[in-house]
Amino acid sequence: MAKRIDVNNLNAFYGNFRAVADVSLTIEPRSVTAFIGPSGCGKSTVLRSLNRMHEVIPGARIEGSVELDGENIYGAGVDPVNVRRTIGMVFQRPNPFPTMSIQENVLAGIKLDTGRKSKTELAEIVERSLKGANLWNEVKDRLDRPGAGLSGGQQQRLCIARAIAVQPDVLLMDEPCSALDPISTIAIEDLIHELKNEYTIVIVTHNMQQAARVSSSTAFFNLAATGEPGRLVEINPTDQVFSAPHEKATEDYISGRFG
Amino acid sequence: MSTQLRGSILPKWFAVALAGLSIGSAVMIERTTSVAGVGGTITLAVLLYLVLQTTWSFTVEGRRHAIDRLFATLMYSSFVIAALPLATLIWTVVSKGIKELDMNFLSHSMRSVSPSKPGGGVYHALLGTLEQVGIATLIAVPIGILTALYLVEYARGGRLAKAISFFVDVMTGVPSIVAGLFIYTAFVLTFGFDRSGFAAALALTILMLPVIVRATEEMLKIVPADLREASLALGIPKWKTILRIVLPTAIGGIITGVMLAVARVAGETAPLLLTTFLSQSINQNPFAGPQAAIPTFIWDQISSATPASLDRAWAGALTLILLIMVFYGTAKLIARYYAPKA
Repeated sequence: MAKRIDVNNLNAFYGNFRAVADVSLTIEPRSVTAFIGPSGCGKSTVLRSLNRMHEVIPGARIEGSVELDGENIYGAGVDPVNVRRTIGMVFQRPNPFPTMSIQENVLAGIKLDTGRKSKTELAEIVERSLKGANLWNEVKDRLDRPGAGLSGGQQQRLCIARAIAVQPDVLLMDEPCSALDPISTIAIEDLIHELKNEYTIVIVTHNMQQAARVSSSTAFFNLAATGEPGRLVEINPTDQVFSAPHEKATEDYISGRFG
Repeated sequence: MSTQLRGSILPKWFAVALAGLSIGSAVMIERTTSVAGVGGTITLAVLLYLVLQTTWSFTVEGRRHAIDRLFATLMYSSFVIAALPLATLIWTVVSKGIKELDMNFLSHSMRSVSPSKPGGGVYHALLGTLEQVGIATLIAVPIGILTALYLVEYARGGRLAKAISFFVDVMTGVPSIVAGLFIYTAFVLTFGFDRSGFAAALALTILMLPVIVRATEEMLKIVPADLREASLALGIPKWKTILRIVLPTAIGGIITGVMLAVARVAGETAPLLLTTFLSQSINQNPFAGPQAAIPTFIWDQISSATPASLDRAWAGALTLILLIMVFYGTAKLIARYYAPKA
């Protein structure tokens, strides 16, 4: 299920502007990798390149390769739709579909994709996904109520349930807690701990304590100056990055001397 | 209470008392001098109220309160001035149209009814309007919505998109009689088709299209990009994302836009006179021969100018307003069914 990701010489562009330069890194299966770094350093852009969501923005393109268990997701003949089914994503702001109920939100990826499944199968998927996202007990009595009526933290867990309902191999999370209160943040972090047993998880975060709490590896991105492309400074086991970083820039950032 | 927080504020009944005073004085002035009529008295009363209130408030409460009261009063007066024509229009049409509007009126045509005699009805025109507007809607809604989808979801501001946007703007400004003339020359004169309800529907389509494109475009633009991304990230193809996520989110506004377009063309008279002309009898077939419509029915009845035909004209106008209200109500119900819930 969980798969390994190899990024080789990735360059990401917005029009003529190179936002990310020469990133190469490896993400191990069944692990949580955190991307940290100052604003504008390209960590979200790298994350979005991992499931071909970068190119959704007009004028945006990629050079280099991203391999999922050895297969280049930017290779000829690869359908981005299939890539995104395999590599799911959770966004910064909770974004449940406003026209749909809780249940329909969870099933959105499945119903809109393959269609035919029996009612009992669908009910099982709803329960499994909501339990997987630690939301089942809170919503099991009101599955037909609008998803937009939940609290912010519940909405974000609904989005996670929606993402894991299609059973992806990898889960990308773009600052999933930055719009949430501390209690909801703890709930999501606990969830990440459970999810890493089954999925490969990559999480972008501005919160270094969070990176230290949830991740096994940490990648630090930085940019030389505004207008320069972001680069990967180092990627190492989280303990090491936070106790004895290889690079001076990482140490400065983590100790709060800049950024 | 500390004196620091207190200010001199005029009591609540001040505004009411002052309004009474202004109206009283205006009526007195109207009686004693020769200022013209009711309109003059009302204008005078409002002006008196504005001047008295501002000076009074300025001396007692100070500059900030005086300006606040002045602009609040101007705002309320503007609302009344804007709403008054609408209220009078509805009152006039309902009071004059209600006496002729009955089942007999709705179920009979004007065939062999003399203009000067009472009787007859709007059935043939109601049928014509329903068919013409219905056909126009059937053609304009898919083309309009697909055009807007192309502009917002696919074109991404390219050259073709800019050209389409420009021509849609130009179409918005086309006078309705020109749309009628165009269909008359192209459809009737050049291709030799008969004048018919269908020709009228084509002219109405031209008038509906730009309204639908613009309204749909605006609604699609305000669907958050987050939702599109969330859907794409689930591995849902773009066309399904548009069909299942984007369109349902925007459907309420799109339906309102379509209804505005329907309401606009349902009252058009000039293009109908050129493309389908008039008829006094029922013509169920929109593809052959002249067909009546409610606007041309009203026009025809007013031209006859007998007491009976004027009654019919007002009843026709009321029918048209009621018809559009029914359309609008139905559309709102449909929109509410699909609209985002919270």
